[in-house]
Amino acid sequence: MTELNDHGGNTAMRYPVGVVLAGGALLGIFLMARGANSAMVLHGFLFLAFCVGGIFLLIRQTYAAAPAEAAGATYNDAITRVGVIISMFWGVVGFLAGLAIALQLAFPALNFDLPWTNFGRLRPLHTSAVIFAFGGNVLLTTSFHVVQRTCRARLAGEIAPWFVLWGYNLFIVIAATGYLLGVTQSKEYAEPEWYADLWLTLVWVVYLLVFLGTLWRRREPHIYVANWFYLAFIVTVAMLHIVNNLAVPVSWAGTKSYSLFAGVQDALTQWWYGHNAVGFFLTAGFLGIMYYFVPKQAERPVYSYRLSIIHFWSLIFLYIWAGPHHLHYTALPQWAQTLGMTFSIMLWMPSWGGMINGLMTLSGAWDKLRTDPVLRMLVVSVAFYGMSTFEGPVMAIRAVNSLSHYTDWTIGHVHSGALGWVAFVSFGALYALTPILWRRQRLYSLQLVSAHFWIASIGIVLYITAMWVSGILQGLMWRAYDSLGFLEYSFVETVAAMHPFYVIRATGGALFVVGALIMAYNLWRTVRGDLRSEAVPATRPSPAVAPAE
Amino acid sequence: MIRHATIEKNSILLLVLILIVVAIGGIVQIAPLFYLESTIEKVQGMRPYTPLELAGRNIYVREGCYNCHSQMIRSLRDEVERYGPYSLAAESMYDHPFQWGSKRTGPDLARVGGRYSDEWHAEHMANPRVLVPESVMPGYPFLAETSLDTTQIADDLRANRAVGVPYTGAMIEAAVADARAQADPEADGAEDLQARYPKSQVRDFDGNPAMISELDALIAYLQMLGTLVDFNVYKPEENLR
Repeated sequence: MTELNDHGGNTAMRYPVGVVLAGGALLGIFLMARGANSAMVLHGFLFLAFCVGGIFLLIRQTYAAAPAEAAGATYNDAITRVGVIISMFWGVVGFLAGLAIALQLAFPALNFDLPWTNFGRLRPLHTSAVIFAFGGNVLLTTSFHVVQRTCRARLAGEIAPWFVLWGYNLFIVIAATGYLLGVTQSKEYAEPEWYADLWLTLVWVVYLLVFLGTLWRRREPHIYVANWFYLAFIVTVAMLHIVNNLAVPVSWAGTKSYSLFAGVQDALTQWWYGHNAVGFFLTAGFLGIMYYFVPKQAERPVYSYRLSIIHFWSLIFLYIWAGPHHLHYTALPQWAQTLGMTFSIMLWMPSWGGMINGLMTLSGAWDKLRTDPVLRMLVVSVAFYGMSTFEGPVMAIRAVNSLSHYTDWTIGHVHSGALGWVAFVSFGALYALTPILWRRQRLYSLQLVSAHFWIASIGIVLYITAMWVSGILQGLMWRAYDSLGFLEYSFVETVAAMHPFYVIRATGGALFVVGALIMAYNLWRTVRGDLRSEAVPATRPSPAVAPAE
Repeated sequence: MIRHATIEKNSILLLVLILIVVAIGGIVQIAPLFYLESTIEKVQGMRPYTPLELAGRNIYVREGCYNCHSQMIRSLRDEVERYGPYSLAAESMYDHPFQWGSKRTGPDLARVGGRYSDEWHAEHMANPRVLVPESVMPGYPFLAETSLDTTQIADDLRANRAVGVPYTGAMIEAAVADARAQADPEADGAEDLQARYPKSQVRDFDGNPAMISELDALIAYLQMLGTLVDFNVYKPEENLR
């Protein structure tokens, strides 16, 4: 751990890293020459470009060494600035992909009947773009920011954090281009093939080391609660990722692999992974964001330290058990289904414990909701978290699940969590970070934040209510019997009944995209240093006027 | 009692405790599935996919069909009446990976085999709305125009054997010939194929004898789904779960 503190060591690290990158470039050339299909050739080229770009950056860093020497004294905000931009970019891309496939379901002609534009290939592109590209980059960026500020220490390593950020985004690009070319394992939210998985594993190990290395440098005796959640997120996602992606490749130069597990074992492993991608990627990691940014923005301490401890340990223990609720009434043994259901219901308690801890942090600062739209976004995200973590346990009950499973109700549930909780808390964090990282007095426009908030909120409401109605309607139609005891509806009648709701859903999605574009514009103007002249909402009289910078 | 402050001050202790706490649930739920009778039982009729069916399955995976079609009939009255007998664990024992799906934008396909004619499938794949006006399924006209790549089929079987599918050496050796024999009724080797893979269906699936297309493979796969286990013979009480 000492070499991480030693900046001379980091300089020395340039040579071995350079050699490894040169080796990687050769591997990329080999894959371009010997790749079994066009996807592998393209991915060989991307890998080559990554390694050459890395060598270029190393050389540049070597000859511009002077500022890096002084860097030890300050926080590494350069990497988080890049992270904010990448996150915003992927957010817009992911939301647009979602809008595109929502429109395809309403108007199937939009599939264009081409291989790379059909729904089956674009849907993983959407889910990966929003979860891993947008959500993942937000997690990397905020964790790098939070761990530095709460440890009062610079991020460990000068090369390693950049490797994590760019390496992770290489994984994203390989995954996304792969989907369009038909490269997929078909395991939901774990679609990337074996070689992309191996690469992500390497990136993730370095991420863990950077995070731990920064914790080891801390100048605070305690590790702050947000970092517990980030650490649980990093460690558990590593475990889930490795086990669920165990596979045997068909050839070393080909994209295809076969999962190590089959049938029922594969199904439960997948949903153990899938549900905990929700539990640890989309929940634990983003709770880390909540535990830092809500108190920071409200300028109040976390409501209860004791509740944080209970929240943390009970949440991570219970979440892991919930996977089988994705497999009710299937060939999975019933005891496993019952365990999954029981733990899902128990999970309601730590989830709401966390929500209460987040919301009650505003005690004595509730008036700020009127004046600070960023805080409003963060608080509403926590409220959505509470709503979807109540809906989830209800849907995990076998009797309810018999109706909701396979329908749009699940899609609605996921989006109340994904849009309302994950995206809103991310938006709040990015809005809060941008003026800090670029040393700006405030955001370009708070009124635009407010506009974003309302447009996106209306979009979410349209989305989830449309999906509730279509999901429950479809579930009821599937099981409806006529007076003679025959099934009342053919399958395709239930498909036709979905059309108006698919149009409403796409409308809601379009509003959400508009909100994100407003946000991107606002952040861009903030980065440029512009200030929109607008009436700043009246706040309570402060006890002291803040000194000018 | 250990004070939580101790954990909060030691990152490695925190890390190890997190790992222990998150490992328990998965171990208790997943590990027994590799040993329990109801999840590893053999059911009469199950066999590995023929090379052509496996190639079709890989196209099904490639195009992301699982995003909209399940292959898991739940043990609910309306599902059994709509789709047929509920799915058994053994019916996906050779599925690496499983294709149970999670969403039915389209109907379940676990027992679609034999429900529709080859001609219906071929036309439906080219443009679903010709046959089902309300359908929202994409068209896949390119499948009929794309020649099936058989260069890797033996390697596919070999990789499947590595993960536990009982393909024999003879099956792997004959993989390319078997794929061709199944899609071309004029070719020799149909008997050998059916000896190796009982109940395999041999015919020109896409109606184009000039070429073995990706559509041949996909229809061969769809037409065998759910047809291997004979439910007139199968005794459910032997599969209590």
